[in-house]
Amino acid sequence: MNTKVFILLAVFVSSSVIAKDSADVKKDLFFSEGLYYAYQEQYFDAISKIDAELGQYYGLDEPELNSLHFYLNHAEFSIGDFELYYRMHNRAGRAIKSVLEGNVEDVIRNDAAYRLAKIYHQKQQPINALHTIQRIKGEVAEKIKYDLELLKAQIYISNAKFTDAIEVLESIESETAVAGYASYNLAIAYIGNNETAKGILQLDRAGQVNSSDKAVLAMRDKANLALGYKLMENKQPERAAKYFERIRLDGPFSNRALLGSGWAAVAAEKFKQAIVPWSILAKRNVTNQSVQEVLLGLPFAYGKLEAHGKAAVLYGKALDIYSKELANLDNSIKSIREGKFLEAVVREEFRKDKNWLINLRNLPDAPETHYLMQLLASNDFQESLKNYFDLDDLGKKIKSWDGHLDSYTEVIGHRRNYYTPLFPPMQEKFRLLDSRMKLRLAQRKKIADRLNKMLIAPRPDYLAKVNERIALNNIYGIEKKYKTGKNSSSDIDDRISRLKGVIQWNIETEYQDRFTEADKNLRALNEHIEELDRKYRSFVRTRQAATQSFIGYDDQIRQLKNRIRFASEKIELLLARQGHFLEQMSISELENRRKRIEALQIKARFSVAESYDRAVKKQQNLELEKQKQESLKNKPESKPASEKDKPEGNK
Amino acid sequence: MMKKIITVCSALILLTPLTCWSAGMSREQIKGLDEQVQEIKKDVLAISAELQLLEEKLLYPSTSQVSLFVSVAKGSNYIPDAMQIKLNGKKVAHHIYSFKEVNAMSRGGVQRIYTGNIRGGEHRLDISVIGKSSGSKSKQQTTYTLNKGVGPKLVEINLGTAITIKDR
Repeated sequence: MNTKVFILLAVFVSSSVIAKDSADVKKDLFFSEGLYYAYQEQYFDAISKIDAELGQYYGLDEPELNSLHFYLNHAEFSIGDFELYYRMHNRAGRAIKSVLEGNVEDVIRNDAAYRLAKIYHQKQQPINALHTIQRIKGEVAEKIKYDLELLKAQIYISNAKFTDAIEVLESIESETAVAGYASYNLAIAYIGNNETAKGILQLDRAGQVNSSDKAVLAMRDKANLALGYKLMENKQPERAAKYFERIRLDGPFSNRALLGSGWAAVAAEKFKQAIVPWSILAKRNVTNQSVQEVLLGLPFAYGKLEAHGKAAVLYGKALDIYSKELANLDNSIKSIREGKFLEAVVREEFRKDKNWLINLRNLPDAPETHYLMQLLASNDFQESLKNYFDLDDLGKKIKSWDGHLDSYTEVIGHRRNYYTPLFPPMQEKFRLLDSRMKLRLAQRKKIADRLNKMLIAPRPDYLAKVNERIALNNIYGIEKKYKTGKNSSSDIDDRISRLKGVIQWNIETEYQDRFTEADKNLRALNEHIEELDRKYRSFVRTRQAATQSFIGYDDQIRQLKNRIRFASEKIELLLARQGHFLEQMSISELENRRKRIEALQIKARFSVAESYDRAVKKQQNLELEKQKQESLKNKPESKPASEKDKPEGNK
Repeated sequence: MMKKIITVCSALILLTPLTCWSAGMSREQIKGLDEQVQEIKKDVLAISAELQLLEEKLLYPSTSQVSLFVSVAKGSNYIPDAMQIKLNGKKVAHHIYSFKEVNAMSRGGVQRIYTGNIRGGEHRLDISVIGKSSGSKSKQQTTYTLNKGVGPKLVEINLGTAITIKDR
């Protein structure tokens, strides 16, 4: 159910985020690229891409012009959300802050908070789980409504708040979405609250839930099993048998149920009834703990039925199996110590499969996994294994990045070698062109300013043509010559005035046309100036791009290389520690199983001796009885057999 | 023996929701290691983000950068199988889509299929896509002229019953 809930949540959260992407809002391609990776459960890439995009966004002068601006809240929320998926819930409060305080709809935020609480609950941090679940307020997605209530109750139970848990569970017990789970947890809550009678009654109800869902059926079996053993403990084997019989024969609790059923019969001294379930159980996989136990139980029952011979044979068989399994366990422990278990579980083909955990049972080089199924299914082991996988992936990434940085350094070197000799002559040429350009631009500006002033205070003389200026200069020269000379006459003065008047007339009368023409020419010049400016900026940009293509990276690359080296060493260390942890957990489990088998083996040895003794004694008694009857019948004269002829018990 | 077994089993079954597997490891040890793993994830993510920015700056400067993105039209039931892109007649990208990728795109994810460098000005883009629409196979082709300016050029290729190119 958990997986289902997670998938549903993922779909829901994602679709909610995307729902914001309306057509009128510009799509942010880089954020959407992050989502593309997240939807494929590649959370590292998703976080990394959105992180880089957010980093760039916050570095902008006008971030509101960036398309991410419209998705900022969702991007901030998503990054925290994806960190939860990537099991980074501790990250300096970022994930938690994003999730619990994210400026998004209640439905989306509550979804993520639900998952965060679930993580805390699974990681056995009940107080954190309680604080998180208490932050859920407002609307909750319909799909998680009952799962949330169930989780809330489980968290209350973990925090010993049984009354609160009972209140929540009683309100959802009848809901089909949480059928079985709510009933079972309610029983646990009653028992925790010292209401044992109510707890037992509740377990009985949980053990009768109707459903076709395999997970619910498993919960039903679990309730019946718990109740069965509880009644056995209370010395009510007849009642206990009823609950063991409710359990399916092909479910995950069937082995323990068969074992319990047999013990219930034995406790009621109905040994023949014990033979039936135990015979079924004894044929099952011998790595199972219940099967190993029943190998002793079955001959015990036969012994009680006076079938000591059969019991002795079965004890002998059990001893053989125990010896074989002890040897298997020793080999497995040795194999784990040699690192073969970890080698096998990190294989890519297993990790790509959704059912990798189940497939672990079939690992060809790791027979120990049969013994580790209970351990493999535990949250601690799974989380540790996921951490191991993540560290392995991180190590591979880091290694490849180091190679990338070497390539970048090489590229930078090539660029430096290419551009460095080109820069000095190019700079010199650019300097000359730049000064000429600046001069012309200053001239243009001066003309523009003058024309602007002439709009207010007309100055026709400014717009005199070159030939007019030359003619006027000549006339002024002649005028000066005649005024200072002896040949001055009024006739010449008149002629000079006329000539001046003609030119002045033209300048004055053509002023408006000339001004318009000048303005037109200046505007035409603007186009050239703009083109010049464009080329100038393009050149500056190209020069800057060329410079930036090899200058200023050395420090950054050196720092990154150092960080990569440091991270790589840390990953290696953590990988070794995490691997050691997993191996230790596995070895510890195998050693526990070994101790159990050894204890069973000792019991079997004593029992086999006892059974042989009883079998032989029974045989002797039979023979004695037979001889006695024969002697009585034939009136025998022979003496009774001496003591030394009696066979000794098999020790 | 029987009593012992029954007691142990009973306790195990009833306490299942409240206990966890520790297998000889203390809870603190497991938590401590888990925190260290989270810490290194944080460091590596920071390195990754910085590397991405460095790579973009170094290999694809904005003056010459062109990035092509592929998305699936909202609400369409188009399923891309494979895609090929030519830039100025040269094949620059081809991709065969996995189930997960198609699913991610149909949910709004956008795939960056190509990032490269081009000069400013006009460039020809030839796009061919094979896919399924409403269960029937379809092959679509389109040509687009992209105009590269000063800033990075982002082009979204939106797949559906027809290919739509969006200049971003």
